[in-house]
Amino acid sequence: MKFINFIKESSKVILKGNKYYYAWISSLFLLIVWGGLGYFEQLKSGLAVTNMNDSISWGFYIGNFTFLVGVAAAAILLVIPAYIYHWKPIKEITIFGEILAVSAVIMALGFVIVDMGGPFRLWHMIPFIGLLNFPDSLLAWDSIVLSLYFLLNLFIVTYLLYMHFIKKDYNKKIFDKLILLSIPMAISIHTVTAFLFNGIAARPYWNSALLAPKFIASAFCSGPAVLLILFQILKKTTKFDIKQEAIEKIAELMAYSMFLYLFMFFSEIFKEVYSGTHHLVHLKYLFLGVKGHTDLVIYAWASIIFSIVAFVLFLIPKTRMNVITLNIGAILIFIGVYIEKGIALIIPGFSPDSLGQLHIYKPSMIEIRTSVMIFSLGFLLFTFLSKIAVEIIFENLNINSIKAETGTDQNS
Amino acid sequence: MSDNKTIEKKESRRTFLKKTALASTFATLAACGSDSSWEEFFQKNFKTLDDDDKNKIIKRLEKKYTEKYGKKFSVSGKDPIDDTLFGYGLDISRCIGCRKCVYACVEENNQSRDPQIHWITVLEMAKDKGVDLFHSHADYERELVPDDDHFYFPVACQQCENPPCTKVCPVGATWKEKDGIVVVDYNWCIGCRFCMAACPYGARHFNWAEPNVPKDEINPETHYYGNRPRPKGVVEKCTFCVQRVREGLYPSCVEICPVGARKFGNLLDPDSEIRYILKHKRVLVLKEELNTQPKFYYFY
Repeated sequence: MKFINFIKESSKVILKGNKYYYAWISSLFLLIVWGGLGYFEQLKSGLAVTNMNDSISWGFYIGNFTFLVGVAAAAILLVIPAYIYHWKPIKEITIFGEILAVSAVIMALGFVIVDMGGPFRLWHMIPFIGLLNFPDSLLAWDSIVLSLYFLLNLFIVTYLLYMHFIKKDYNKKIFDKLILLSIPMAISIHTVTAFLFNGIAARPYWNSALLAPKFIASAFCSGPAVLLILFQILKKTTKFDIKQEAIEKIAELMAYSMFLYLFMFFSEIFKEVYSGTHHLVHLKYLFLGVKGHTDLVIYAWASIIFSIVAFVLFLIPKTRMNVITLNIGAILIFIGVYIEKGIALIIPGFSPDSLGQLHIYKPSMIEIRTSVMIFSLGFLLFTFLSKIAVEIIFENLNINSIKAETGTDQNS
Repeated sequence: MSDNKTIEKKESRRTFLKKTALASTFATLAACGSDSSWEEFFQKNFKTLDDDDKNKIIKRLEKKYTEKYGKKFSVSGKDPIDDTLFGYGLDISRCIGCRKCVYACVEENNQSRDPQIHWITVLEMAKDKGVDLFHSHADYERELVPDDDHFYFPVACQQCENPPCTKVCPVGATWKEKDGIVVVDYNWCIGCRFCMAACPYGARHFNWAEPNVPKDEINPETHYYGNRPRPKGVVEKCTFCVQRVREGLYPSCVEICPVGARKFGNLLDPDSEIRYILKHKRVLVLKEELNTQPKFYYFY
C-alpha cells in the first residue's frame, strides 16, 4: 500500500513543474516522435536506410552503445571513493550516479536493438526460451552483465528513494553490500564491452590488450564529467545541494583518470607507429587519412587535443577549482571521449576492411534520427528519475507530508 | 496473407498454446514486423530440432516459396555425408579474373540482385606486390582480363576448421557442420552482425534490405542451410553449394570456371584431387597467422 503511494506520488511529481520543465519535456517528446518516425522507416525498409554496408558493418549505433556503456559504468565508479574512504559529501549524491547509470544502460540497450537486423527475434537471446550462446559469445556475456547491472541499479535507486519516502532508515547491512557489488559490476560491463571488440583477431585495430583498461579509464573521465555538469544544473534549478569539496574530489579523480587514459593512448600509438606493420593503416586512416580520404582526421585530432587540454585544466589546482575552467574542462573531456568511442573506435576498425578495401562511412539521416530518439528517451527517463529524487531527498516529499496535504488539497 | 492464416489455424494450435506467455509479449511486435506466420516466428533453432519438426518446417517453407515464386520448390534438409570433409583448391596461376564464378554463384544460390550480394569477391593484385590485400582492388573494371601486370585472387568463405564467426554468434545461429561447411540458420539469425566483424575474410554478407530475386531467375532446388530464399536482416555466406555437394555435385563456381582454376573434393579421401594438390603443389592459406585453419587452399 505504501509502495503504491510511493509510485502514485512519484508519478504526480513528474507531471508537475514550471514552464521550463514543461518546455524541456515537450521538446524531448517532439524529438522522440521525429526520431521514432525515422526508426519506423528503418524497420520497414531494413538497415539499407543506414549508411552501413558489408564492409563497414557496424557504425554510429554501436559507437553510441559503447560510449553509453562507459557512462553507465563510470556513474557508479564515483561510489568507490565515497564508500571506501567514507567521503561524506559524495555519499549523498551517488544516488544521481545510479540514476544516470540506469538511464545510460537503457540507452545502450536501445542502441543494440536498433542495430539488429531482426529486433523481433530478440527473444532468441533469452536463456532456455531461446538459445544464448554462453560462454562462447561475448555478446551473450554482455547481455547478461548489462541486464544484471540494470536490475541492480534500478533496485538500489528505488529502494533508497522509497525508504526516504516512508521516512525509514534503510537496511545498511544489505544496502552497503549491494552498493559494493555494483562496483565490480560497473567494471565488468565496460570490460566485457571492450572484450567484444578486443577478442576479434580479424580486426587488428581492436585487438590490443590495452582496450579494456583504456575503456575504463576514459569512462572514468566522461561519466563524472556528465555528473559534474548535471550537479551544477540541478543546484541552480532545484534545492539540490552539493558541497564544493565533493566537486573538487570528483575533479581530482578525473585528473588521475585522464592521465591514465592519455598514457595508454600514447602507448598504443607508439607501439603501432614504431613497429610499423600493416596494422598501422587503421591508425593512419584515423589521424592522417589514407588514399586521399581524410574524413575522420578532424575528429581524431579534435578528440586528442580536447583531451589533453582538459587534462591540463584538471591537473592544475587553480583551474580545477575555478568554476569556469572546470566546466570547460568537463565539456572538453566529454566531447573528447565521445568522439573516441562513438567515431574513432568503430569506423577505423573497418577502414580498410578485412580484405583491404577502403569504404567511406558517415551516418545517414535515419541513423541520426534513430539515435536522437534513443538519446531523448534516455534524457526523459533521467529527467523523471532525477525530479523524483530531488523532490524526495531535497524537497522533503514523504508519506507524512502527503497525509498532511490530503485534508486541504483534495480537489486538485 | 489469408493463406498464412489458414496454415496457422491447422498446424499451430498446439505450439501456440504452449507458448501463450511468449505470445502475449511478442504478439503486437511480430504482427508489424514481418509477413511470416506464427509458426515461423516461434520456430526454434533448427539444429536443436528432431527430424519430425525439421520436416514440418521444410514442408511449410516449400509451400511458402512455391506460392511466392510460382515454381515448385524443394528445400532439402540433407545431413552431412559420413567420412566427408570438404576442401577447396584455387589455382592462382590460372585464375584470369573473369568473375564468371561470381555470377554463377549468384544464380545458383539465389543471392539478392538488388541490392546486389556476391559471396565471391575477386581481388586484383599487382604482380610486383604479391598477395597484399591493402593494395588489391575488388572493384577493378577492365575491357579484357587478365591484365599483364596483375594476378587475380578470388575470396569466399574459407570454411575454417577453427571459425571465429561461429564462436561470437550470441544465439548459436551459425555453426560448422560435420562435413566442415559453416552454415547459418536464416530463421534464427538476429542480425547483430558480430560474425561479420569477426570474419577475417569478408565472407559474410548481410541482407540490408528485402532480398530481391526475379521469379524467372530463382533456383527452386534449395537446401535449408544453403540457397533457399532469405528474409531481410539476416547474414548469409558461401556454403560450398551445400545443396549440390551433399548430392555429389561440384559447387557451381567449380563447374563454371573456364580455366579450371577451381578444384574441390573430400579431404578425407587420400585419392581425391584436393589431396593431390595439397601433396604436390605450393599451397598457401589466407591469413595463416590467425589460426583459423581454412579449408580453402590457394596454390600455384
